[in-house]
Amino acid sequence: MTVTENTRPSQTLNAVDRKDARDRGGDRQPMLIARELKKHFPITGGVLNRTIGHVRAVDGVSFTVMKGETLGVVGESGCGKSTLARLLMHLIVPDSGDLIFDGDAVGENDGLSVRDMRRLMQMVFQDSYSSLNPRMPVEDSISYGKKVHGASEQEAKEAARELLTKVGLDPNLFGPRYPHELSGGQKQRVNIARALVLEPRVVILDEAVSALDKSVEAQVLNLLRYLKQHFNLTYVFISHDLNVVQYVSDRVLVMYLGEVVEIGPVDEIYARPKHPYTQALLASRLSMDPDDRIEEPPLVGDPPNPINPPSGCRFRTRCKFAEKICEIERPVLGEWLSSEAHVTACHMFVPRSGHSMANEAGKPEAAATVPAAAMAGED
Amino acid sequence: MANITMSPADAAAVQGAPSVRVRSYWQNVGYRLRYDYLTLFFGAMVILIILSAIFAPLLAPMDPYQSSLINRLKPIGYKDFLLGTDELGRDILSRMLYGGRISLTMGIVPVLIATIVGGSLGIVAGFVGGRTNMIIMRTVDVFYAFPSILLAVAISGAMGGGIVNGMLSLTLVFIPPLCRVAETATSQVRNLDFVEAARATGARTLSIIRVHILGNVLGPILVYSSSMVSVSILLASGLSFLGLGVTPPEPDWGLMLNTLRQAIYINPVVCAIPGVAILITSICFNLVSDGLRSAMDVRL
Amino acid sequence: MSDTAKKTPLVRLEDLNVKFVTRESTVNAVNDVNLTLEAGEVLCIIGESGSGKSVSMRALMRLLPERRTRISGTIEVDGKDVLSLKGAELSDLRGGLVSMIFQEPMTALDPVFSVGHQIAETVRRHEGCSYDKGMERALELLELVKVPSAERRLKAFPHELSGGLRQRAMIAMALSCRPKLLLADEPTTALDATVQIQVLILLRKIQAEMGMGVIFVTHDLGVAAEIADRVAVMYAGRIVETGTVQEVLGNPKHPYTQGMLSSTVHGNMRGKDIEAIPGSPPDLRAMPPGCSFAPRCKYAEPACTAALPPEVVFEDGRMARCIKLTPSAAPEKELVPA
Repeated sequence: MTVTENTRPSQTLNAVDRKDARDRGGDRQPMLIARELKKHFPITGGVLNRTIGHVRAVDGVSFTVMKGETLGVVGESGCGKSTLARLLMHLIVPDSGDLIFDGDAVGENDGLSVRDMRRLMQMVFQDSYSSLNPRMPVEDSISYGKKVHGASEQEAKEAARELLTKVGLDPNLFGPRYPHELSGGQKQRVNIARALVLEPRVVILDEAVSALDKSVEAQVLNLLRYLKQHFNLTYVFISHDLNVVQYVSDRVLVMYLGEVVEIGPVDEIYARPKHPYTQALLASRLSMDPDDRIEEPPLVGDPPNPINPPSGCRFRTRCKFAEKICEIERPVLGEWLSSEAHVTACHMFVPRSGHSMANEAGKPEAAATVPAAAMAGED
Repeated sequence: MANITMSPADAAAVQGAPSVRVRSYWQNVGYRLRYDYLTLFFGAMVILIILSAIFAPLLAPMDPYQSSLINRLKPIGYKDFLLGTDELGRDILSRMLYGGRISLTMGIVPVLIATIVGGSLGIVAGFVGGRTNMIIMRTVDVFYAFPSILLAVAISGAMGGGIVNGMLSLTLVFIPPLCRVAETATSQVRNLDFVEAARATGARTLSIIRVHILGNVLGPILVYSSSMVSVSILLASGLSFLGLGVTPPEPDWGLMLNTLRQAIYINPVVCAIPGVAILITSICFNLVSDGLRSAMDVRL
Repeated sequence: MSDTAKKTPLVRLEDLNVKFVTRESTVNAVNDVNLTLEAGEVLCIIGESGSGKSVSMRALMRLLPERRTRISGTIEVDGKDVLSLKGAELSDLRGGLVSMIFQEPMTALDPVFSVGHQIAETVRRHEGCSYDKGMERALELLELVKVPSAERRLKAFPHELSGGLRQRAMIAMALSCRPKLLLADEPTTALDATVQIQVLILLRKIQAEMGMGVIFVTHDLGVAAEIADRVAVMYAGRIVETGTVQEVLGNPKHPYTQGMLSSTVHGNMRGKDIEAIPGSPPDLRAMPPGCSFAPRCKYAEPACTAALPPEVVFEDGRMARCIKLTPSAAPEKELVPA
């Protein structure tokens, strides 16, 4: 495995060292705070189109994104990570919960309007094809956002061409082209340029590299790294690929069926996962070594349907440590005190929770980490 | 930024992919049409028919209103009457050329207005969704309950005859189907990520519709409305035939068919001429719209 | 290699070319592919989108639209010349001798019939037994692929199953006629990580039990590492490297394979750039002359674009298509960026 010689100082976890003139709340103020975000989609059925149930896509999700960091969000399909991205952008209006952007509440009278928030926070979608207007030259797709916010035709075009250069595409060659004339990687570069045209502080990357071929994925990841430094960006990086998340993130948030099960610094999570789900997820990574194959699947079965999630802990139906308490009581995410904190929503980590493996200190050393090591296999 | 290996300039160099000819969607459609000889042929026919209607005063050998009791119901090729004469001895060729003006107007104008009105309604219904969609689409569904010809006859009957009323009733008949087509196309496009991305920039609804939706739904709407032209010509002729559209002595293909019907045993060939004209015109429009449909079916 | 020369391999592709012809252009999807698969062997074809890996599989089963496709070369499965098969012989091949599993089981299963019914029908058609006998076999198969409470799931419709169960049901259907050759086209790509590993382990176990040959198409080197005996790396319709999975992943010879490995993301690269392969794959309508990887290759020199590199076969049976490699010497040391 060869890696380039170039190294750079590792990223600081808290605020970035560089002051940004656009800071509103000061450099210690988190860039984004989500509090108890909730979105249930009604399922209608029957002749009268009555609501017969709810998909609990995002069910009380809270987290904080510091300035200049990359927060990785991982989880399997149906865990609500894409809905979360759209809730953050207010593309879907949350049922309840607050969003605080750099100290200002979003969408409230004395806070930041949704429209202004959208200037400061942008999103890159997974499907590079459907996220570009097929009837529009790509430079127009990029400049559109600028024009929406009152820039002249000329200014918008200039900005689009400059950004095309920044994302590694020659504006003379690629600007006038239509999306179908670009490869997947090139389209994703255009999508990234479009997200950056409004000079946002935060970019939400919703599976932005997942649909790309590996060699192209690596190019785009490098590009994202470069752009993050260049534009002093904060990323929320949503992906199902654990290797990619480990590569890009400073902190990681693990979701399961609409809930946060674990959150913490990336090295902590990858080296010492607490929640049984996180452990299983990490152990499911393919080994890349033909002589060291995974012999037993770390988990059996599929994630359950989010329509009627299990009571109590939602992971209990697949968890080998599940006990009575897990069925009765919904575990809460531990108190989150600083960006270094590593917390999980699991009864095993709560002292006197009623789970046989929870000890007084709330650290089930002997109980949970030993089987975890066995589960993690090659880790 | 010295420690970042991939400088943008490097990346630009590697992105010098093989040069592709930049062709917009519409250029692509044009390119496809160029090799679709059948559609080209029928397109030329349509243009010919329209031109002959426009230049009827120049082309018509005689006055279409000039009747002559001696020359009633003469066969094709009688004296100067290239296509014979009608029951009042008027030159059929001249009346056909002039009649094309009214028939084509009755065919095209209602569809045009219906495309604008129905299309806008459908786009709004499809984009806004929810309650607005329900109100618009359920109203449209009411019109669907009636067969189009019955609806046209009923509306014309209620409003009285005449060209304007005839066109108005036809417009009303075509709004529901066009609205439906526009709604379907729009709701498909609305769910694509690029529309979400446009919303995420903070753009207003009208701007999104104008910039992002319209270009993507125009194709299917135009194909559908071009196929409606032939239906409209037929319906207009039907209305005139029933005495609800054009009133005599105005030359109109449908009306001519009605009046000549009485002479069907005397001179059947002449009687058939307006019918044949209606048939050919509507087939031409239909085939052109079919050609357009397949040309626009470009999966880019 | 001497003993394999005596018996015929299960699959033999020789100079396989597949072109898609339209009025506007000709797409060279598969170019001069040579490949063999022994009975009971698992071969992974690794490649990115558009590399021709899936097209080769579909050509093997004659699943490509006949009118627009030009196939030339030899395709032999179990000694049968696939390209000359017609009608009934062809349907005996499909589902009998060879069966296939796909990335998206929802499109491969019929939504209006229950899973059990679909398997039973397939068994009945190919083996001529009764429907009840077919149902019994369907139950056995669902148990074989470890579908929990299989008896109940026999009556389930595809949309009632979760993604992982659906994929298992499709595998059960593919196995229903005891094929000698199983073609798997990215069957785990659409699955979640925790489900993907379950399906991979299952396929590995079933393959060992039934002893069938498997050609497994994937873009993921990790998947190949989990399941393959041998791998073939495809790029722009050509096989650029073959060898055992240990050799190819551990000691790649072709610059493209090396690039693939170095651009695969690992957590321990944090804070550094990934050594990505620059550029994008060539347009299959207008292939570059010579080696099609040359425009992206850091070792490229003028000779690379002059002519198509020959297949260099090494002593241990490995093959790579690169002019910088010589059959005998240890080659990767000689690669110097141009």
